[in-house]
Amino acid sequence: MGVPVRRFDAVIVGGGGAGLRAALQLSEAGLKTAVLSKVFPTRSHTVAAQGGISASLGNVQEDHWQWHMYDTVKGSDWLGDQDAIEFMCRTAPDAVVELEHFGMPFDRLENGKIYQRPFGGHTQHNGKTPVQRACAAADRTGHAMLHTLYQRNVRANTQFFVEWMALDLIRDAEGDVVGVTALEMETGEIYVLHAKAVLFATGGAGRIYAASTNAFINTGDGLGMCVRAGLPLEDMEFWQFHPTGVAGAGVLITEGVRGEGGILLNANGERFMERYAPNLKDLAPRDFVSRSMELEVLEGRGCGPHKDHVLLKLDHLGPDIINQRLPGIREIAIKFAGVDPIKEPIPVIPTCHYMMGGIPTNYRGEVVAPKGDDPEVRVNGFYAAGECACASVHGANRLGTNSLLDLVVFGKSAGDSMIKYIREEMPTWKDLPADAADRSLARVARLDGQTGGEEVADVRAAMQRTVQSRAGVFRNDANLKLGVDEIAQVADRARLLQIKDKSKVFNTARVEALELENLVEVAVATLVAAEARKESRGAHAHDDYPKRDDDNWMKHSLFFGSDRSLRYKPVHTKPLSVDYIPPKERTF
Amino acid sequence: MSEIDATEKKRIRWRSRRGLLELDIVLERFLASGFDDLDQGQLADYRRLLQLDDNDFLDVVNGKADLDDAALMAIVRLLRAV
Repeated sequence: MGVPVRRFDAVIVGGGGAGLRAALQLSEAGLKTAVLSKVFPTRSHTVAAQGGISASLGNVQEDHWQWHMYDTVKGSDWLGDQDAIEFMCRTAPDAVVELEHFGMPFDRLENGKIYQRPFGGHTQHNGKTPVQRACAAADRTGHAMLHTLYQRNVRANTQFFVEWMALDLIRDAEGDVVGVTALEMETGEIYVLHAKAVLFATGGAGRIYAASTNAFINTGDGLGMCVRAGLPLEDMEFWQFHPTGVAGAGVLITEGVRGEGGILLNANGERFMERYAPNLKDLAPRDFVSRSMELEVLEGRGCGPHKDHVLLKLDHLGPDIINQRLPGIREIAIKFAGVDPIKEPIPVIPTCHYMMGGIPTNYRGEVVAPKGDDPEVRVNGFYAAGECACASVHGANRLGTNSLLDLVVFGKSAGDSMIKYIREEMPTWKDLPADAADRSLARVARLDGQTGGEEVADVRAAMQRTVQSRAGVFRNDANLKLGVDEIAQVADRARLLQIKDKSKVFNTARVEALELENLVEVAVATLVAAEARKESRGAHAHDDYPKRDDDNWMKHSLFFGSDRSLRYKPVHTKPLSVDYIPPKERTF
Repeated sequence: MSEIDATEKKRIRWRSRRGLLELDIVLERFLASGFDDLDQGQLADYRRLLQLDDNDFLDVVNGKADLDDAALMAIVRLLRAV
C-alpha cells in the first residue's frame, strides 16, 4: 500500500489520564504498547481538572460506595448505566489508593490519611447530608495525576509518539479493529499502526461550541474517526454548561461573584433574573441562570455588536470588596474580557464544559455497537475510555470529581480487557486490509488539492455559532430543527475545506483542518440527537417538553453518521451486585 | 545557538497548544502579535518557556509567580502584556 507500517500489541490514541492509565496496565503486563498524542502527554487537558477525584474512603466522614453510587445515578438523571456506575463507585477507593502508591501527592489529614473535601452533589445516606468525598492535590489534581502516570509509563517502557495525530480507524472485512492511520507532524508522513487492540482515549469535543472552557486540543478526534468507520456515538445531546464564561474566551468566572452581589444585565440594562426568578434572582441554580441568559440573547436582548452575550456587573460592589473577596477576578476580566470590572461589567455567556456522551462502551471498556437484535455487540479489538467514551456513568449530567475517577477506573478496566483479549484471542495480528490507509490518504490529498473551497476559520466559526445558538442550554423544537438544517450546511462546507500551506513538515494548518473535520462530525451528532429527544433530562433542557419522560425516553441514543440516523438502546437497570435504584424526581 | 529555521518556528507554534484554555488564548494572541518580531535569542527563550508545566506557566503569565531567569522574564513580560 506504499505506507510504512509499524506493529504493536496495543495502540492507544490519546495521552491524558485515561490513555496513560490504560497504557500503564498494558506495558506492565509486558505488552508492546504505543501511545499517540498530539501534544506532550503532560499537556493533555486532564491538567485542567482542579476539583479532585471522588472515592468513598470515609477518611473524614462515614461514607460507602453505595451512597456514591446513589449520587451518581441521581446526578445522571437516571440515564447512567447502573452496572457501570456500581463498578466505578465500588472500585474508586482502590483506584485512589493505587494512585497514592504510585506517588501522587494527595493532600493529607494530620493522621496521614488522604484529606477529602466536600463537592456539590456528593452525599451521605442517599441524598440526606453532604459528604467530604473528593481527594485532591491542592488545586492541581489533574496535573498531579498526569505527571504520576506519565512517570510510571516511562518506567514501564511505554513507547510515546508525541506530536502524532491519529487520522482513521482501520477495520477489516469482518468489522474488527486492526489499527489506526496516523500523521507524524514532524515529517508530514502518514503511517499505519498495526495492532492487536486499539484504545481511544481522545478526550472531549467541547470546541464544537463558540463558548467553551475546553483547551484548543479538544477536537473530538476519536469521535470523528468512529463516525467515519461506521460506528455509532451515544447520548451526544448531553453537554454540561457553566453559566458565566467570559464571552468570546470561555474562561470561567466563579459563581462566587454572584454570591458576593454581582448581577446580570441585558442590553436594556435590565436585571433580568428578577423576572425569571423573583426570589433567588441571580443566585438561582446554575442551569436555570444559564437558560435565562440564553433566552435573553435569543429574544434579541443580548449585548455587544452581535447581541450575543449578557453582562455581569460588579462595579457597584466597590474596589475593596472586588479585590478582597474576589481575588483574581479583576485580572481574569482585564486579561480575557478586556474590561476592568471595577469600572465596567464583564461580558458573559453560558459556556460548554463537559461531554457526557461519546463512543459506546461497557464497563470493561469494550466498544459496543448494535448488530441484528442485540444493541451491544463487542467490536473486536476496539476499546475506549475517559471523556471520549460513554460507559455510561455520567448519563445526562456528570457529578463534579467523577471525571478524574472515570479516567483511572475505566482506563485500567479497558487495559485489563485488552490484555485478556490479546493473550486469549489474538495469538498473532490479523491481516491489514489492502486499503487500510486509503481513506486517510484520500482525505489529505483532497485537502491539499482543494481550490476555490472553504477556509478552516470560516467553517469553524459557522459550526460554533450554529451549535451555540441551536443546541446550547436553551432548547426548543423550532430552534433545534433550524439547527439540524444549518449544521448540515456546515458539514457540506466542511467537505470543501482548503489550506494554503501545502508543505509536509509541521503543517499545522493541515492538522487544524483535519481536527475541524472531526469536530463537524460531533456537531452534527449533537444537533440530530438533541432534536430527536422530546423530553428534559439532566443537561438536555427542552422548553417544549419540560418534564423527564421515563416511559418513552429512559434510553440511550445512538447516532450513525452514514445516514445521520438515530437508534436507541435501553439503559442498564441491573447493577452488578446491589438492587436497582429506581427513578425519582430530581430535587435538591 | 544555531539559527532557528522556518520549520522550527512552526514547531514552536504547535507547542504553544496547551492543556489549559487560558494559556491557549494568551499564546494565540502572542503568536498573532509579537511572536514574529522576536529575534533569534528571544525565540530560543520562548521555546524554553514552553517547557514549563501548564499550571506553573499560567501562574507566571498571570503574574502570580516570577522566574529567576531574566531572559525568560523578558518574554513573560511580553505575554503578560498581550
